[in-house]
Amino acid sequence: MRRKHRSAKKRAGTGQRSLADLSTGERCILDRLDLPEDVARRLMELGFLPGNEIIPARRAPGGGPRVFRVDGSEVALREDTAARLYVRRDPESDLIVLS
Amino acid sequence: MSSCHEGTPRAGLLPNPSILPPRAATDRPIIVAIVGPPNSGKSTLFNRLTGLRQKVANFPGVTVEHRMGKAKLKEQQEVFLVDLPGVYSLTPRAEDEQVTHDVLKGERPDFPKPDAVILILDSTNLGRNLVLAAPILSLQLPTLVLLNMADDLKQRGGKVDVAALAAELNCPVALISAVKGEGIDRIQQFLVGTAVRLNAPPAKIELPVLHDVPKCRQWAAKLGVRASYRAPAPPLWTRRLDAVFLHPVAGPVVFLAVVVAVFQTIFSWAKPLMDALQEAVLMSGRWMTAILPDGAFRSLLVDGVWSGIGSVIVFLPQILLLFLFIGILEDSGYLARAALIADRTMAKFGLQGKSFIPLLSAYACAVPAIMATRVIENKRDRIATMMIAPLMTCSARLPLYTLVIAAFVPNIPIIHGVLSLPAVTMLGLYVLGFAAAVVIARLLKSTVLKSGRSSFVLEMPPYRWPTFQSLSLRLIDRGKIFLRRVGTVILTVAVILWVLAHVPLHDGKTPPLDHSVAGWIGKAIEPAIRPLGFNWKIGIGLITSLFAREVIVGTLGTIRHRGR
Repeated sequence: MRRKHRSAKKRAGTGQRSLADLSTGERCILDRLDLPEDVARRLMELGFLPGNEIIPARRAPGGGPRVFRVDGSEVALREDTAARLYVRRDPESDLIVLS
Repeated sequence: MSSCHEGTPRAGLLPNPSILPPRAATDRPIIVAIVGPPNSGKSTLFNRLTGLRQKVANFPGVTVEHRMGKAKLKEQQEVFLVDLPGVYSLTPRAEDEQVTHDVLKGERPDFPKPDAVILILDSTNLGRNLVLAAPILSLQLPTLVLLNMADDLKQRGGKVDVAALAAELNCPVALISAVKGEGIDRIQQFLVGTAVRLNAPPAKIELPVLHDVPKCRQWAAKLGVRASYRAPAPPLWTRRLDAVFLHPVAGPVVFLAVVVAVFQTIFSWAKPLMDALQEAVLMSGRWMTAILPDGAFRSLLVDGVWSGIGSVIVFLPQILLLFLFIGILEDSGYLARAALIADRTMAKFGLQGKSFIPLLSAYACAVPAIMATRVIENKRDRIATMMIAPLMTCSARLPLYTLVIAAFVPNIPIIHGVLSLPAVTMLGLYVLGFAAAVVIARLLKSTVLKSGRSSFVLEMPPYRWPTFQSLSLRLIDRGKIFLRRVGTVILTVAVILWVLAHVPLHDGKTPPLDHSVAGWIGKAIEPAIRPLGFNWKIGIGLITSLFAREVIVGTLGTIRHRGR
């Protein structure tokens, strides 16, 4: 929410990348979740918080859901959910603020 | 390193050694709720604390099980523990989360509000787990915070200052390992101390706004920093195992091997055990015939009760083996991977990967399968899974299938003796049940239960060794349920049937079967079932099987005995 204007600017450009566009092992920072509130909340509880680092890991054999490393655990998401989690790639400037 | 930074389980500073208010004024026993996120080791801890003194119960109106048990305490104190469904927060979404929420808030009319809470968290991922402490502490109930999996944390090089965390949370904190049983005595001391001393509710500490997830996460991160929390290295073995189990080629192979192994276990490896049990039933029947005087009582006992019960009880090994397998898969963490692999296929039927777990359990029994659907958050998916679970061939149907196949299908080898016709027929019956389930699922999901492609969010827990205690408790549970049915429903049906097959008396003698009450009933419904090719004897079996499917085998056993 704090970064709304920034992400809006990015989207206006080339179209923002989502978790579904990443290749395995490509670190990124979650920017925003474009999902219904209850799904977004569940994901945020599991660590998919804007500003958190996410690493895509294995895909289920045969192209099923994909496992993401986030906030110390591994969570599997379907492709269509992952496609609505938008990311950015500036790990240095946007680490989680701890206090 | 100082001792409290070590992974050794020990309690931190205990501001309130006794967490419960005195219960002198009331006679209701003390109830302590165990709460924690999924995969935090709640059930393992619960088993440790209660052992065999527990029972599974169901909350009325919902398909959510909870377990209630008496804590093993040295002192003469009654402390009851309740194992609530795992939650990530107290904002309820799924049915089981709603139950946890309602119980903790005292909003369930059928369940008393707990007197205290044991919050169990996974110490290997404290940052995320601590988020749950905020809503739990806001309940203002006496709370003990347990950081579980201390052994894992230490081994992977993580650490936490328990004393500092206790001071931050203003409540007792202990580092434990429920699997290894480390630190359990601390909890027991804790529970003992509870009722003795008077305690004011815990002092208020500053908590974040509860429904602001980012704020809560920041609060937890801050706590972690203040408690010098160092997260452990990634679980190496889990990564290595996933490299195999989720491998594009090896993954599906392992998956199929597991499913085949489950069925192989039930159908082949269980056989010697079942044969032995069958032999024991026959022997004891003969023994009873030998020592009892001839008469109606012996006939009731041997032909009625024993042949009825015996024909069902032989399936105990099979049912236990199936539950053992499901238990191992679930406790080891493989079931989550299986759900991941199955998701793509299940999605084609309009379901999702999480439906795989209940549907596999449905091969054992539809009742626990329907219970297991609670992990599916999407209500429509959950209902669809519940509707099709009974179509899977449950183990109760196995006795009948075995009987019918043995009676009608000749033992002809197929493919040069690799398979046999009875085995293929059995497989066919299973495939038929599965195919029916698939068709119905598709039908339901495209009509009354239509929903958009639901989200599939599943945490992959690290692999762990299943513990002997947890597995054996499961089996004892399931064995008890089965034997209770045998001892109640099946026993009653066997006795009633024996009586019906032996009255009215003709000149003081038992009538031939077709002139007995059972015979009349069977003949009365024969016109309705004749189109199916059934005769009146099977008709009797059909009526009795309304009580429980497997009863028909016992009934046919009794009737055949009587018919001779």
